[in-house]
Amino acid sequence: MKTALTPYVNDDAYAVIRGNAFSRALPVLTLVVVIVAASLPYWGESSWMREVVEISCYFVFAMMWNLLAGYGGMVSIGQQAFFGFGGYLMLILGNEVGINPFVAIPIAAFATALIAWPVSFLAFRLQGGYFAIGTWVIAEVFRLSFANLHWVGGGSGTSLTALRGIDRAVRESTTYWIALACVVGVIAAVYLFLRSKRGLALLAIRDNEVAAASQGIDVRRMKRAVYLIAAGGAGLAGALYFVSNLRISPDAAFSVNWSAFAIFMVVIGGIGRIEGPIVGALLFWFLNKFFSDYGSWYLVGLGCIAILVTVFFRDGLWGALHRRFGWSLFPTHRFLKVRS
Amino acid sequence: MADMLLQGLLLGGLYCLFALGQSLMFGVMRLTNTAQGDFIILGGFFSISLVAATGLSPGLALLIVAPAAFVFGYLLQRFVLNGTLGRDPLPSLVVTFGLAIIIQNLLLEVYSADPRSLDAGPLALASVALGFATVGSLPLLTFAVAVVATLSLQALFSFTALGRSFRAVSDDREAAQLMGLRPAIVYAQATGIAFVLIALAGTLQAMRTTVSPSDGPLLLLFAFEAVIIGGMGSFWGTLVGALLLGITQQVGFRIDPGWGIWLGHLMFLFVLLVRPQGLFPKTRG
Repeated sequence: MKTALTPYVNDDAYAVIRGNAFSRALPVLTLVVVIVAASLPYWGESSWMREVVEISCYFVFAMMWNLLAGYGGMVSIGQQAFFGFGGYLMLILGNEVGINPFVAIPIAAFATALIAWPVSFLAFRLQGGYFAIGTWVIAEVFRLSFANLHWVGGGSGTSLTALRGIDRAVRESTTYWIALACVVGVIAAVYLFLRSKRGLALLAIRDNEVAAASQGIDVRRMKRAVYLIAAGGAGLAGALYFVSNLRISPDAAFSVNWSAFAIFMVVIGGIGRIEGPIVGALLFWFLNKFFSDYGSWYLVGLGCIAILVTVFFRDGLWGALHRRFGWSLFPTHRFLKVRS
Repeated sequence: MADMLLQGLLLGGLYCLFALGQSLMFGVMRLTNTAQGDFIILGGFFSISLVAATGLSPGLALLIVAPAAFVFGYLLQRFVLNGTLGRDPLPSLVVTFGLAIIIQNLLLEVYSADPRSLDAGPLALASVALGFATVGSLPLLTFAVAVVATLSLQALFSFTALGRSFRAVSDDREAAQLMGLRPAIVYAQATGIAFVLIALAGTLQAMRTTVSPSDGPLLLLFAFEAVIIGGMGSFWGTLVGALLLGITQQVGFRIDPGWGIWLGHLMFLFVLLVRPQGLFPKTRG
């Protein structure tokens, strides 16, 4: 059928290019980086591990925000609802049900994606800017609800006691390895998803919803799926963060700062590209390390940077590099190459 | 019971003032100002400083604060926010969210985290007997201001050339441009008016209770809820939405002090579920 419809085009005449030199070397490079990183507990200091775990949580959360806003077109200021929910669920499974908290992390992530299903019906009633604030209200409902639950400490929160019997070095290195696995897993999952058929559908929706729908893509269903996945990822980040932190409170777990920092990282790094949150998280870690002592002036600076980048470099740092040098670490674009 | 309803209505009056600016800006240019609450707080602090520096009464201070707020809003829209408008909501959200963080932290740096209030003079303690209940003069005045502001905005939109231009750029920006309107200027005028309302709301908030640098986000959520409950683009709707929110919160507070705001949020989500277009919708998103 295909040849009958397109008689002048055969496989020799054109090719769809999806990779570059870097992406072909990616499996080897990833292996090297992962082996070096995984061995850190044997030669590094425990403060390094804690730092990597913390930035991993920020990164996974930002990556999921990027999937939601940059690819799904749903700009949310309420993803902390799922971050906090994942954290609380891990803690409840650990403290009350008696499941090993490390095992509880993926369970909490999965359950967070499930809870996002009913939530999506409320959130999807709003669009654009009002979707953003509506999700924030939903996150506040989560926060106030947990603050009214006295058996998890109410407004002042509670501690993760389930890890009490475990040796500190074992706990820290296990947390670190899980964090590393989450980072690699999230990058790989998003990359492979975007290169798949469904990923192509998502990119089409981002570029033009009406056109995508006219090509037979079920836009609402796809958006809902992305919302659930992003929620599950945020829950994963939350569960991991509070395994490392050992103490949870509604104000910390459901703080709007989580979304604020994710927006900062993604916008600075470059929204709608996988490299964006990676660059953004590294930059955020750097700024945090050297400037966070300035307190409120540091936050004023972050706000100014976010505004300036939005006004003058709308596709972020990596977007600028991509335009200037054509760099792409994780190519998800398809290029048509005609050979004649 | 009657007292609780009355207190709720009066609280709703204040929320209406929080929300009118938001309703106006969204109605005219589909701009979601996530720094709405922080600008209200900024307005409150500005009035506090002005009264402290000049010794004027809060009412007289408003004669300076209101024009200053108009100019500020006009310039902000003209030179910052206009550049972020478009089909993609992200730029305007990030810019106003960035402004919110900047305002919060600058206020924290200048005024510290302590809550402050504006001395309303004899008005603060005066009250009016209404037969079945006694209400404070200041809340009653706030309520009256909210109703007058709603009425004025509605009249402005219905009967003046400026209001016509607001409706025109809202309905069809390109067609309005062909008729000789300059959307950039019209938007700036709308934001100027929105900021007068914001300054008014901030000053009254500082007189009624206290303001502190971290209060803004909560006020934004109240404003947003009032707008959505009422239906987009309708100022009367915003007033009704704000009153409903005030009453619901008051009922919640009466049951348990930790429940007021929570119950308000739940009522909002309930309205969103059963009537997503709001009670009296006019503009389409």
